[in-house]
Amino acid sequence: MISIQTEDFDPAAEYAELRDSGAGTGAIATFTGLVRDSGDMKGVTGLYLEHYPGMTEQVIGNLIETASSRWSVRKARVIHRVGRLALQDQIVFVGVCSAHREDAFAACQFIMDALKTSAPFWKKEITASGEHWVEQKESDVARSKTWE
Amino acid sequence: MTTETTDTITIRFFARLREELGAEQLTVPAQPGLTTGQILAELARRGGPWAQLQGSQPVMIAVNQTMAKPSTAVQGGDEVAFFPPVTGG
Repeated sequence: MISIQTEDFDPAAEYAELRDSGAGTGAIATFTGLVRDSGDMKGVTGLYLEHYPGMTEQVIGNLIETASSRWSVRKARVIHRVGRLALQDQIVFVGVCSAHREDAFAACQFIMDALKTSAPFWKKEITASGEHWVEQKESDVARSKTWE
Repeated sequence: MTTETTDTITIRFFARLREELGAEQLTVPAQPGLTTGQILAELARRGGPWAQLQGSQPVMIAVNQTMAKPSTAVQGGDEVAFFPPVTGG
């Protein structure tokens, strides 16, 4: 299930949802990303996130499908926030439950890595001296390519 | 066999491109054999900030919300989006 939202989310509630996926579940891997004070620029005081409604959900849906074809995925959950976010706000959540930990870890990391380079989200960093759009990182592209 | 209900293509811009071009959406007339690359080239000819559509910075392309290439053909009723490389997560 995929949610693109301005509201915050509760990782504990998401975990409980993932856990409620039957007796075959043996592993749950989750990742939560937070807004930090340094990115392209120092002294970041917040972020603004834009997305492409419709396409974003479609791309993430395809990533979950790809993950499910490569690993045993019983349930997957992705939440990504958009709009204005403050430091230490939760920005993204990926949770996967599976029979085994290898599949849960791998699928969770794959979805997160691929999301960063293929889902249409754009981050703008807000600092005391102004705002600027974040540039795509070579390291993120390289990470995503390791799954190909 | 489907009948086109429109003879124009909707162009959308996102994030840095939207701001720098001062344009969120516009329409161009559909023409037989038109590609997204040709639309980019045509828009770049407007000069000023539009020239960057064919500059050194990569521009990503989606047609009907699926990633596409400059060689992708488009027709009336299609939605074409141009945007900078993505930076979510």
